[in-house]
Amino acid sequence: MIKGKFIDNLPKVYGIYTGGFLGFIILMAIAEQAGMSAKMIGIFFVAFTVLIYALIGYLSRTLQVDAYYVAGRQVPTVFNGMATAADWMSGASFVAMAGGIYFKGYGYMALLVGWTGGYVLVASLLAPYLRKFGCYTVPDFIGTRYGGNMARLSAVIVLTVASFTYVTAQINATGTIASVALDIPFNIAVYVGLASILMCSMLGGMRAVTWTQVAQYIVLIIAYLIPVFWISNKIGAGFFPHFMLADEVARIAELENQFGLGTIKNSAADLATVPKGLAGITKAHSDVNTTPWKFISLAVCMMAGTASLPHVMMRYFTTPSVKAARRSVGWSLFFIFLLYSSAPMLATLSKLSLMDPNLSTGIIGKSIADVQAIDWYQNWNQANLMFVSDFNGNGTLELNEFFMGGKAVVLATPEVAGLPYVISGLVAAGGMAAAMSTADGLVLAISNALSHDIYYKMINPKAETAKRLIVARVLLVIIGFAGATIAALEIQGILGSVIWAFDFAMSGLFFPLVLGVWWKRANAQGAVAGMLLGLISGSAYLIWVRNGGAGFWGVTQLTFGIVGSLVSLVSMIVVSLITKAPDSATQKMVDEVRVPSGKTVLGKQH
Amino acid sequence: MSKQAQHWEKTRNLLFVTLAIWFVFSIGIFFFATEMNASGIKPFGYPLTYWFTCQGSLGIFVILIFWFAGRQEKIDEEFGFTEREDD
Repeated sequence: MIKGKFIDNLPKVYGIYTGGFLGFIILMAIAEQAGMSAKMIGIFFVAFTVLIYALIGYLSRTLQVDAYYVAGRQVPTVFNGMATAADWMSGASFVAMAGGIYFKGYGYMALLVGWTGGYVLVASLLAPYLRKFGCYTVPDFIGTRYGGNMARLSAVIVLTVASFTYVTAQINATGTIASVALDIPFNIAVYVGLASILMCSMLGGMRAVTWTQVAQYIVLIIAYLIPVFWISNKIGAGFFPHFMLADEVARIAELENQFGLGTIKNSAADLATVPKGLAGITKAHSDVNTTPWKFISLAVCMMAGTASLPHVMMRYFTTPSVKAARRSVGWSLFFIFLLYSSAPMLATLSKLSLMDPNLSTGIIGKSIADVQAIDWYQNWNQANLMFVSDFNGNGTLELNEFFMGGKAVVLATPEVAGLPYVISGLVAAGGMAAAMSTADGLVLAISNALSHDIYYKMINPKAETAKRLIVARVLLVIIGFAGATIAALEIQGILGSVIWAFDFAMSGLFFPLVLGVWWKRANAQGAVAGMLLGLISGSAYLIWVRNGGAGFWGVTQLTFGIVGSLVSLVSMIVVSLITKAPDSATQKMVDEVRVPSGKTVLGKQH
Repeated sequence: MSKQAQHWEKTRNLLFVTLAIWFVFSIGIFFFATEMNASGIKPFGYPLTYWFTCQGSLGIFVILIFWFAGRQEKIDEEFGFTEREDD
């Protein structure tokens, strides 16, 4: 059935894979009708998909350096787009985003704009030039462009801080999903998640991660879109929700008024009885509910962070050409757009299903006792994701008496809307795919920087290929375990640490990367100052604000990257200008990076 | 001016145009979020600002990147800097 080279057969291979996955969903649906328990369906979905990824990881094993670091630079444009989309869309995007929109409305949607707008910066400022450079890792670019171990080391430090903050959140998410789907305690599930992540990346490095990420994208997008379309059709909102939910959005605004949103407030004593992590609807669904600066500053941080996060950037090192890298950014954003534009629709459908008394699923306005008797309410109440309480003692559920966890919007809505359980199993598999694919990219980004930039370039430049790859794999396992151990402590919520990661990356790397291509005069001293002072000032601001500091300019702990990156920019320019200009060899190197044709700056094997 | 300098000048101008469009739809319009939502313009029936945050800006970014890539390829072709296909 498959002849010739693997790369030439990609559409066929993934076509068969997608068909097989759809067949598996249908098989599970039949099994559900035949009486298979919900728990078994969940286990089958997660176990089956994870085993497939592990198999792909095993088949992609390699002993070559350029295959391990950059997938042999032969990943076609569209497939790299899918892999980047999976790499990008984390457990937070999949599980928490629709919930954030549901609860916080407009103020939260700055993340949607930021996490997509950043790709314009990636495409126009960085990706094609770094591809031309021919580096293996992001610090590899910094180290070679500016010269000197100090610049390389600084880049590795920033990369590690940002990516490690991010990866603990992802391992946490795999643990959460594995513990729900497989019904095991969280602190064990974290290591099950870790084992799945390592199986995908350890033997084949970037090559294995690329082909599992494509497979994971297919699973996660199917798992996200099916419920959105199904619910929309089921409640008669329109067969293509994205273009047809205007009436529903207007209806939610009407119901918000009717139920007294914003006028009826809960007392602090009442709120104290609500379990931690759950929230009620307090913000209007489609109104502008925040100041322009709050919205814009958050969006700016997410955009600059996108362009500085190494696990995304390194995906564009794997394309066959500079031209392909540029187009690949477009495809990445297209595949991301498919999910991001669906998240607000899911939030709308979820809210309407719960709120509208005209729908059979609506619970607001029903008697509290009736709501407490509903099956799905009991399930999700037990999972600590839903809660009702009769604050005013009238026996009827009011809008301000219903509380839900952010994750429930994605995880529970299919069940609330009366979809068969097979869809909930599918959603669990999708969430697992999203969290795993991002964790894989991040763990690989960190361990590659440590093995290539610290070990090979700084400690032992004479190391043979076999030794380099062993070091890379050992580091991968160590980073993974460190991440899982911290994830098991559950210090910070999933979304909070994700946003921090963007701010860290932006503080330390954005300007040193951009100016490396766009400003010839930038030199090593300037870059080191930019990276270190940016990271330090950003972190200091975060610590200050977290410990009750007042902050300035309205910069919060979610947007501290603004402070960090400004310090980085100023110090980089000042220090560059008061020290010697880069030598002519470096200037020539920058000229070469700016021309797409010709050989890469760094050799094919380095 | 050398061929390379001319190529870079055109590339830089394209960057400025791209970033200007990017600025408008990622930052500029959100200074007027309240006014836009209050305006009677309703794409697909959604309030205007809400639509931009759900789909509008996101979709424009996708189109913008493909447009940018196409223009940059034209510039590269003009100066003979296109990569060989066997690469």
